[in-house]
Amino acid sequence: MATIQTSPRRRTGVSGAAPARRMKASGPTFTRVTGIFLIVVAILWLIPSLFAIKTSLTDNGVAALGAQEILTDVSPTLESYIGLLQQGDIWNWYLSSFLTSIVTAVLTLLFASMAAFALSRLEFRGRAAVYLLIIIGLMIPTQVLIVPLFQELRVLQLLNTYWAVILPQIPSVIAVFIFKQFFDGIPKELEDAARVDGAGLWRIYWGVIMPLSRPVTAAVAILTFVWTWNNLLLPLFVLSNPNLMTIPVGLATVQGSFGLRYADIQAGAILAALPLVVLYMFFQRQIVEGVTGSGLKG
Amino acid sequence: MTTMSPTAPPTPRAPAAPPGRGGKVLRRTPQAWLFLAPFALIYLAFMVGPMIWMFVASFFNTSTVRSGLGSFAGFDNYLEMFARDDFWSSLWHTLQFTLYTVPPLVVLSFVLAVLTNRMSRGQWFFRLAFFLPFILPSATISLIWVFIFTPANGLWSLPATLLGMDPGAGILSDPSTAMIGIAIATVWWTIGFNFVLYLAGLQEIPRELYEAAAVDGASPWQQIRRVTIPLLSRTTGLVILLQIIASLKIFDQVYLMTSGGPGIATQVSLGLITNTAFTDNRVGAASAASVLLFLIILVIALLQQVVSRIGSKREEAS
Repeated sequence: MATIQTSPRRRTGVSGAAPARRMKASGPTFTRVTGIFLIVVAILWLIPSLFAIKTSLTDNGVAALGAQEILTDVSPTLESYIGLLQQGDIWNWYLSSFLTSIVTAVLTLLFASMAAFALSRLEFRGRAAVYLLIIIGLMIPTQVLIVPLFQELRVLQLLNTYWAVILPQIPSVIAVFIFKQFFDGIPKELEDAARVDGAGLWRIYWGVIMPLSRPVTAAVAILTFVWTWNNLLLPLFVLSNPNLMTIPVGLATVQGSFGLRYADIQAGAILAALPLVVLYMFFQRQIVEGVTGSGLKG
Repeated sequence: MTTMSPTAPPTPRAPAAPPGRGGKVLRRTPQAWLFLAPFALIYLAFMVGPMIWMFVASFFNTSTVRSGLGSFAGFDNYLEMFARDDFWSSLWHTLQFTLYTVPPLVVLSFVLAVLTNRMSRGQWFFRLAFFLPFILPSATISLIWVFIFTPANGLWSLPATLLGMDPGAGILSDPSTAMIGIAIATVWWTIGFNFVLYLAGLQEIPRELYEAAAVDGASPWQQIRRVTIPLLSRTTGLVILLQIIASLKIFDQVYLMTSGGPGIATQVSLGLITNTAFTDNRVGAASAASVLLFLIILVIALLQQVVSRIGSKREEAS
């Protein structure tokens, strides 16, 4: 994650100017052939999404006839979107998804960065044990815990509440790990000045370290938001009240009742993904680098 | 800390930076635990707790209809799982899914990343095309692909008929091809993850190496084989293990696209676990199956940690 500040420079350095020079030195035919191949694959990769968009803008009756009819249809309509948005269910699901994703992201940020601050900046008894526990946590497949989690949430009477979706997703060990790596790179001298002024630990954490960690904070926040939004397994089993369902769970539950209304189904699929696509447009770099960081360091 | 140097002039207070190891790190146990407490409590409550409970319940006849653990069952739950055909078939389907998805996800993402990295323009376009699906919800991708695989007149049937294949009952309705359909959707969905990992790895390779190879008269293909592939071997190791772990945890696509069907042709381990727990109400048996899956994934995750530590040690050394 420390690469966040340096990578824009590196990107222009390597993938901007250098390949052009490399290409000239080594066979223009190779470059042209591979370039065309890449473009063809990229177009293939876009087809499913584009086809879903096209279907969602087609009349339900036409969409039921088949793919050929959808592709040749020339009278786009927003009917499916309007119908879904007027129905009301989807607004409940949006609310549920936004609420759980935002609260999970905020609490994860706060708790994980505080823990990382202690691990990175403070010497204390039990530090090695805590660090070991975190490394072990990186290897625990949380999905496998769905059955005991369900039982626990039932005992705590949290089933069918937003907390059932939020609480189990907060202990993100990878977030602690990412924060710790970033904090380790911040020079100690920066907090000394604050300490001379008599600042306590909380003021060093909140007033010195966190403001310096904006890039990593943004990356962790956005990734946690995306992961929570996309989680299916947990909300599927802990939320059975249709009004509380997150949007992926809501869609999965009602898809059977759509029957042959294919345009409506595709419109629903797109509405479920839309906030994430918007997020990608604005925070492309943070998302890509966050995902890379979580993969390489995890 | 102060007791370590009795002959030295008395240090005024503990926080006053003991010289040597640790530099200006302070020894402040109570405050440190205050900072750790919120995360630690939730970690204990929703990770460690359920894990212990899972191990315990796997030895009892626990169910969802009665509260408490139920009667002691010893190893019965485990023996039952080992004797059940659908347990082995769910493991086999999980392995099948892994075999179908890991090779294309690793090879194709490598090829696409190498080629994208060579492009002087339009990188944003390729990132968009290959990476964007990765951040979409599984519900979205499943609804899209189930529709594409509609029997007889879905989008998939157009090229299939052109190539002379019989669209038949549809790829997802045939027990012998249903898992292939799920694998195709998965490769489309998740290739972006490996793609960006490889792109990051490629950007770490110094340009001079390619220039030196070009001076030696190496063709682009030779450069990729002699420079790129060996230097990305650590990334490849990581990508393969991460992919295997991810495929062992597969649930969403199967649940949404086939619900494990037709029959139990695509039932995977997590599907079997949730069915046993929430449909059959047999939490004890489901816990035993969870423990077994947990142990399989743990072994591979341990391997991944070892590979990644060796890799970073080697990097530090060089």
